[in-house]
Amino acid sequence: MNAVFYIAAAVAVISTVMVITRLNAIHALLYLIVSLLAVAVIFFTLGAPFAAALEVITYAGAIMVLFVFAIMLLNLGPRSVAQESQWLSRKTWIGPALLALVLIGELAFMIARGSNLSPAADVVEPKQVGVALFGRYLLGVELASLLLLAGMVGAYHLGREWGVRERVSARTQERKSARSGE
Amino acid sequence: MASVPTEYGLLLAGALFVLGLIGVLVRRNIVFILMSLEIMLNAAGLAFVTAGARWAQADGQVMYLFILSMAAAEVAVGLALVLKLYHQFKTLDADAASRMHG
Repeated sequence: MNAVFYIAAAVAVISTVMVITRLNAIHALLYLIVSLLAVAVIFFTLGAPFAAALEVITYAGAIMVLFVFAIMLLNLGPRSVAQESQWLSRKTWIGPALLALVLIGELAFMIARGSNLSPAADVVEPKQVGVALFGRYLLGVELASLLLLAGMVGAYHLGREWGVRERVSARTQERKSARSGE
Repeated sequence: MASVPTEYGLLLAGALFVLGLIGVLVRRNIVFILMSLEIMLNAAGLAFVTAGARWAQADGQVMYLFILSMAAAEVAVGLALVLKLYHQFKTLDADAASRMHG
């Protein structure tokens, strides 16, 4: 049963190496998502199903969507069409797809094994985590919420349009003409 | 049924952390630097969860949750800064923004 851990660890390391060696940001993102999913499988084998679920939902879900949005925002213009067709080639997605297939195989294996789903000796249930989180660590939760609020305000402040009103209206005019020109 | 040895979990966390560190040091594209930072934070979380699993306590997962929320806040502000940098310098090279306007 430890084989699940070792295979997932190998997938995580391989995909992480691919992340830091890719030249195209989207290719790297695909590998990063596979790496995060592999770490989620590792959390599950360590007996932390709650952390595994959070890894998939928050890291591979929300944070990666943020990355994709930012990269798409950076690639405005006509050359994005050429890039789009380039991204859809098999060479782009075959590597992450194969690594993800390995993880799906592990998942199928664990489901087929039945009864005791997690291979860890003692599983830390989500209930225990919740009791600890809102008991001993209540102050930490409040601080985390403050941090998230600060992050939200900071991101809004930085993402705002700057300068005098004329510049903003000129920019929107520019965008409108660019859009109608397409 | 033997569970995974703690050392291997920590070794994997260390390996992922070092890979992220290499990414931060080697790459000059600021988006890749942010991605490598995410890898490093994730490796730190993995170390916490591994340690929590070793003692069968929930504290490791609680710390992982805090790291997760910190990573979310960090990446929101970081990507906003990346967009700002791109609009200002028309490049994603981190070295382009090496000079401060004092």
